[in-house]
Amino acid sequence: MRALHVQNLTFTWPGAENATLRIPNLSLAQGERIFLFGPSGSGKSTLLSAIAGVVDVSPGAILVADKDVGAVNGGARDRFRVDHIGMIFQVFNLIPWLSALENVLLPCTFSKRRRARAGEDPGGTARHLLDELGLSDPSLVSKPASELSVGQQQRVAAARALIGKPDLILVDEPTSALDEAAKAAFVDLLARECAEAGSALLFVSHDRSLEHHFDRSVDFLALNGGAA
Amino acid sequence: MLGFSLRSLWNRRFVAGMTVLAISLSVALILGVERLRDGARDSFANSASGIDLIVAPRGNSVQILMATVFGVGGTETGMTWDSFEWLEDRPEVAWAVPIQMGDNHRGYPVIGTVASYFEHFRHSGGQPLSLAAGTFLSGEGADAAVVGAEVAARFDYAPGAVIVNAHGAGEVSFDLHDDAPFTISGVLAPTGTAVDRMVFVTLEGFGALHAQEDAPAADPLDPAAIPADDHDDHDDHDGHDAHEDHGAHEGTVAKHSHEPDRINAVYVGLIDRTNVLGLQRAVNERASDALSAVLPAVALAELWGIIGTAERAMRLMAWAVALAGMIGMVVMLSATLDTRRREFAILRSVGATPTRIFALIVTEAAVLTAAGLILGLVLLTVATFVTDPILSDRFGLRLGLNVFGTREMATLFVIFWAGLLASLIPAVRVYRMTLADGLSVRL
Repeated sequence: MRALHVQNLTFTWPGAENATLRIPNLSLAQGERIFLFGPSGSGKSTLLSAIAGVVDVSPGAILVADKDVGAVNGGARDRFRVDHIGMIFQVFNLIPWLSALENVLLPCTFSKRRRARAGEDPGGTARHLLDELGLSDPSLVSKPASELSVGQQQRVAAARALIGKPDLILVDEPTSALDEAAKAAFVDLLARECAEAGSALLFVSHDRSLEHHFDRSVDFLALNGGAA
Repeated sequence: MLGFSLRSLWNRRFVAGMTVLAISLSVALILGVERLRDGARDSFANSASGIDLIVAPRGNSVQILMATVFGVGGTETGMTWDSFEWLEDRPEVAWAVPIQMGDNHRGYPVIGTVASYFEHFRHSGGQPLSLAAGTFLSGEGADAAVVGAEVAARFDYAPGAVIVNAHGAGEVSFDLHDDAPFTISGVLAPTGTAVDRMVFVTLEGFGALHAQEDAPAADPLDPAAIPADDHDDHDDHDGHDAHEDHGAHEGTVAKHSHEPDRINAVYVGLIDRTNVLGLQRAVNERASDALSAVLPAVALAELWGIIGTAERAMRLMAWAVALAGMIGMVVMLSATLDTRRREFAILRSVGATPTRIFALIVTEAAVLTAAGLILGLVLLTVATFVTDPILSDRFGLRLGLNVFGTREMATLFVIFWAGLLASLIPAVRVYRMTLADGLSVRL
């Protein structure tokens, strides 16, 4: 099983003349960690949207955990996403009025698979993950997410992406709001936790200083024949 | 989903609380207006139970009802005593009570009648009149008076107090009958009807008042009174053979011991109420006297129909307030949508379908509306609890506690569904928004 397999993917935003994505081939093995770099506006985020099933792609172009994303429709795609994919965005990853712990547990409330894979006690698993990511203070864990610092928020988001061991974790510029030291620490932690969970990691960034944390780097511009 | 909605609302508890308050006020207002209306209608219908027919000089039935039952305004010039006796002797008539009106006591209508009035008059679902203190008119002298609860309370009257009446119906009157005082023999218990605002005197007393007005010479202490002029003042009292009875004023009062020549109305009770239309026709066709026979229930309905316009306006306003509450909720839910876009995108990224997010908004609306309904009922119950004794005493409106009729339930049901329906507006917007935004909201 491959965590992700992209083959002959083309995607054109409605109304646009040229295809934003034209990717002949991109594969992630189970547990593989890839660093995807490229300039802003080159279509990296669009690729993540396509993989997450937020934009419509033709059947057969994207397989996540051997399942055809393009063949799943509507609400089933949302359920498919949470079952197999964990996501971390650039900023504002958390529901501000839920506590850190509740934010981490969100995938378990929407996905049976993730809940089942989170162990006997998802709450305990969530605490353990937060602990691993350096958020062990109980008062911090029960605080509303809006009261956490940006760095803490990103670590909570990472714990949420990791809980229930999804096959693939998509990460979109998660460190852009962090300082240099925090950046390296965050990526390091994330890579380690992905290895522990056995999740493949597709890490998108324009910051090549983070490259060395990954199994392999891919130049998005070389990969994508569409934008150029 | 419900817990999630509750948390989300709690996060915006101030605005949510205001919205709930607005809805609850409209709920309390709608139900309150309905209850007031029902109470008013009941108290209306209660003012004249037990009377099968009101006979009065020919006139408008509502006017006759207003004058006799509510003591407002007057009837046409009097009907003859002969007509009263004719009525009383009709085989279908169980009882007949004569009514004289036209005077007031410090603004309150004075009714001249007989003791059996208190025996036959019924109010508030068939309750007879009862005394708070003293005795009814029977067995008392001609100067006896029974006052209603409100009159007694307002002027602090008790049996034994001496009162003076005035001519005419207005509150401000300089034409006092201070030469014909009455002594209060009894105070009625509160009824919540117009009776509370009435002063009852005997026909003799009522007549004496006018006899003395017409005949100042009757006052032996007034040296200016010259008996010679006496009869010139009696032009409008031709055939007033009641003068002969004046001697009986201090004596015992037998039935019809005093026969005024003209009375204003007669309350009639029938042996068999099914004969009421026949008697009504007979009264209307009586040749010697132009009379109207009014069915109180019919006239009350007619009068209620007139008042109904104001009542409908009140209901309309209550519903308008409800509409405002609903709009407030839609505004609140809609206004937060833009700031919550990020929230919805996150929810979608962790597997919430757009339908789920749609449901979230509708659930929030349902929670707000339901909370509004419950708080509204609490407000209404508290308000009823506080105002019921006052309304009951002052206006005879009995709202009753904890009475949730099927109509009130239906009203609550309608408001609840209106709330859900209104929430579809923001919910549909959210649905479209989440579909368009996907997972990446550009902030």
